[in-house]
Amino acid sequence: MDIQLKRGLLDVCVLAAIKNEDSYGYQIIKDIKPYVDISESTLYPILRRLESAELLTVRSAEHNGRLRKYYHITEAGVARIEAFKEEWAEIMSIYRFVTQEEVKHE
Amino acid sequence: MNKQEFLLALRGALSALPEADIRASLDYYAEIIDDRMEEGIPETEAVASLGAVVAAAEQILLDMPLPKLVKARVKPKRKLRAWEVVLIAVGSPVWFPILLALAVVVLAVYIVLWAVAVSLYAADISIGAGFVAGVAGTVLLFVMGHPASALALLSAGIVCGGLAIFGFFGCNAAAKGIWRLGKLMWRGIKSCFIRKEEE
Repeated sequence: MDIQLKRGLLDVCVLAAIKNEDSYGYQIIKDIKPYVDISESTLYPILRRLESAELLTVRSAEHNGRLRKYYHITEAGVARIEAFKEEWAEIMSIYRFVTQEEVKHE
Repeated sequence: MNKQEFLLALRGALSALPEADIRASLDYYAEIIDDRMEEGIPETEAVASLGAVVAAAEQILLDMPLPKLVKARVKPKRKLRAWEVVLIAVGSPVWFPILLALAVVVLAVYIVLWAVAVSLYAADISIGAGFVAGVAGTVLLFVMGHPASALALLSAGIVCGGLAIFGFFGCNAAAKGIWRLGKLMWRGIKSCFIRKEEE
């Protein structure tokens, strides 16, 4: 897959993983892994990038006597997912055209 | 390698960065290791699956903004001595123009790359103009009663049109390549500022 494309997809995947409830690093990786190949080293820069773009916020909460960072999606983050959905609806319709068995002429 | 060793090695690989950034990276990896161990994965296994420390460090470093990398790169390991400060200040008429010149050269190379793209498009547009002129001339010659010349001009115009269309795709490919090259250049410049730690 094109690197640039995958990068964009991963951003949206991470946002989707925290869309319904706040999540933490390891959980995000477990949620995404069945769909896209992602490693801890890849996730870290993404989280930082999304944070500085204000698509998510970070808070520390105690868990089993240690601190764990939880990521919370912002309104801009939700808007980003929506934009992705609209864009891909278009791409999917192109995909269906390209993969159909026979082109129907008007 | 256990958790402590991994974090220590990572700290070493990132030592050029500001302390706050090192701290944040170490916290992130420590949390991941803790979370894995909580699931019952043995410590060394939890660390091993994180991959090489170097790869982890490189990802972190390449994502840092360039000014931070430069600052970290030029930051001395110890405090500057008085005479060194004086030397830097006195030498500034020498090193500052050189640094500026280097930056300008990099910028110029980048601009030249895009100038190539712009001139390619310009050439393509002028070939396209040849098509338009050819068609207009054909009409004119027909009206003036030179059908043979008109036909010759028309075919020349069509050749121009075809070339322009092909050329346009070529230009797009070139522009895309230049865009990628520019990005590669930027990453290359960044990696110059990533301090290579001896193993």
